[in-house]
Amino acid sequence: MKPLVEVRDLKMHFPIHAGLLRRKVGAVKAVDGVTFSIMEGETLGLVGESGCGKSTCGRAVLRLYDITAGEIVIDGQEIGSVPQGKLRALRPTMQMVFQDPQASLNPRMTVGSIIAEPLDEHTDLSKAEKRERVAELMDRVGLNRAFLNRYPHEFSGGQRQRIGIARALALNPRFIVCDEPIAALDVSIQAQVVNLLEELQDSLGLTYLFISHDLSMVRHIADRVAVMYLGKVVELAPRDDLYDRPLHPYTEALLSAVPEPDPAKAGQTRERIVLQGDVPSPANPPEGCNFCTRCPRVMDVCRRIDPEFREVAPGRFAACHLHDERYQGAGPTA
Amino acid sequence: MSDARDPRSPIGAEDEGVVAASAAVMGAEPVLLSTGARSQWLDVWDQFKTHKGALIGAAIFLAIVAVVALGPLVWDPELGIKSNIRARNEGMSLAHPFGTDQLGRDIFARMMAGGRVSLAVGLTAMFLSVVIGTLIGVLAGYFRALDGALMRFTDLFLALPLLPLLLVMVLLFREPLTAVFGVETGIFLLIVSAIGITSWMQTARIVRGEVLALKEREFVLAARSIGTPSRRVITRHVLPNVLSPIMVSATLGIATAIITESALSFLGLGFPPDFPTWGRLLNDGVPYLEQYPERVFWPGIAISLVVLSINYVGDGLRDALDPRIRGR
Repeated sequence: MKPLVEVRDLKMHFPIHAGLLRRKVGAVKAVDGVTFSIMEGETLGLVGESGCGKSTCGRAVLRLYDITAGEIVIDGQEIGSVPQGKLRALRPTMQMVFQDPQASLNPRMTVGSIIAEPLDEHTDLSKAEKRERVAELMDRVGLNRAFLNRYPHEFSGGQRQRIGIARALALNPRFIVCDEPIAALDVSIQAQVVNLLEELQDSLGLTYLFISHDLSMVRHIADRVAVMYLGKVVELAPRDDLYDRPLHPYTEALLSAVPEPDPAKAGQTRERIVLQGDVPSPANPPEGCNFCTRCPRVMDVCRRIDPEFREVAPGRFAACHLHDERYQGAGPTA
Repeated sequence: MSDARDPRSPIGAEDEGVVAASAAVMGAEPVLLSTGARSQWLDVWDQFKTHKGALIGAAIFLAIVAVVALGPLVWDPELGIKSNIRARNEGMSLAHPFGTDQLGRDIFARMMAGGRVSLAVGLTAMFLSVVIGTLIGVLAGYFRALDGALMRFTDLFLALPLLPLLLVMVLLFREPLTAVFGVETGIFLLIVSAIGITSWMQTARIVRGEVLALKEREFVLAARSIGTPSRRVITRHVLPNVLSPIMVSATLGIATAIITESALSFLGLGFPPDFPTWGRLLNDGVPYLEQYPERVFWPGIAISLVVLSINYVGDGLRDALDPRIRGR
């Protein structure tokens, strides 16, 4: 299998302007050197806490922002440095499903015209053909085609998310960024939408970047999982390896915070790791490892040298000095 | 069953069976079938009809427009121009429904002539100011690079003293415009553009604010992720969603335009003195306020009725054009 999406050292910094002259005084490093690749037909889960740069990363990969640095290759085409005007022709390959199904649909457009918008922009189908394609897409995502002329506010959250998915599918994309598509939905509806996404992946051969902070849901849908902290990917591994034997202390802490659904087992099986302190500001990240201010196993070297993101075991990447032979035996100092 | 040629009557037992069967299917999914292709404008009209104030407002506005536009066909417009000293300052009568002025001219005829000018000026100037205001507001809100420059430009216009500016405009352009278009059209164009150019700032500021909030919404981002170019994002996603504030400022704009025109006429900067407009009539009546208050009353009530009815129509339209309110 060859990678469909390759992201190398992606950086997305938002400038901070201050003072009377609006001079640039710094930058929020929302995404600061992220590297990953997604195989064709694979789902890469991207997890992390609020504000760690997951969504920005997803949007930057689709070039909804002008990225600060880095390289993005989708389907063999370098899009990181292509100007926005030329990206238009490449848009059909890559689409996005948004977090808030209420906000991502124009309240003044009918469902039919929302789903047909990509067709209007990129195809010259006749009116009847477009109608047919829209009806077909609505069938595909499990919406009744009779709802064509209704408005988004007449639907439930789950149905709205299906509308958003139908719009993303309209141009037969190969790669879809799902930006927390289930975060705004009820638990029962979450399962429906996730199952729909999986079904579509099987039948259409889609590749997903699935952004979420719901670790259990990512475990269900993803093939590999990347964990982000403060703008960087700290660990990337196949799903089962990551959930069974996390390498990075941050991943360990995250996993220990997942609630145990079985009350009989709750509080017995694992020890919860409670991180102290707050996430540092992405405008002013700590020197050395980004996680060194909160890491339970911090070493001296962590405060000086930023660990490199590298393959520590076959298929498993981590950015942590604990897995570097040079620093073995130094032992935790805090 | 008496007449087999009547298409409504069942022809035979078999056909009755078919009708019954299809009726059962219809009954099973009644809601789904009723949402077929129905014109959006029918929905808008349905919602508009439920707004009583808007309906009454529309009726009053159309009635005023009809009287003003078609009145001269039945009421001799010459009565409003020819002076008749012996019939001056008359009260209401069948011969002069609104009475006569100090030169014996029929006020009803003058009201109709004045209404045509005032309504034309009000609607055109409002249209101009809304177009300029919306254009500048949308450009400033949507394109960050233009924001600073356009908003300072707006501030500049807000800070300009209007009356001296209008004075200078009239002085500079009255002669060339009347030379090219004739007195009536020339001054009409001058007044409309003068009012339009000096009243778009509020609209621009309101629209800019709305656009700033709107362009961060996810559906605009979604449109960009599809590859929709900016101009179509604006026409398809931004403009329909800033319709309400535009509509409100448009209805208010008509009132301001009519009143500004009357102020200009009063200062002798607008239409010539013998050229009736509602504002002109209002100001002509002011010296006689104590003896003949009805002379101020008629143009005043006409202006108020137009403004009020347009406000209600605007309110109804705003609700009718919003799919979230529609059908509630």
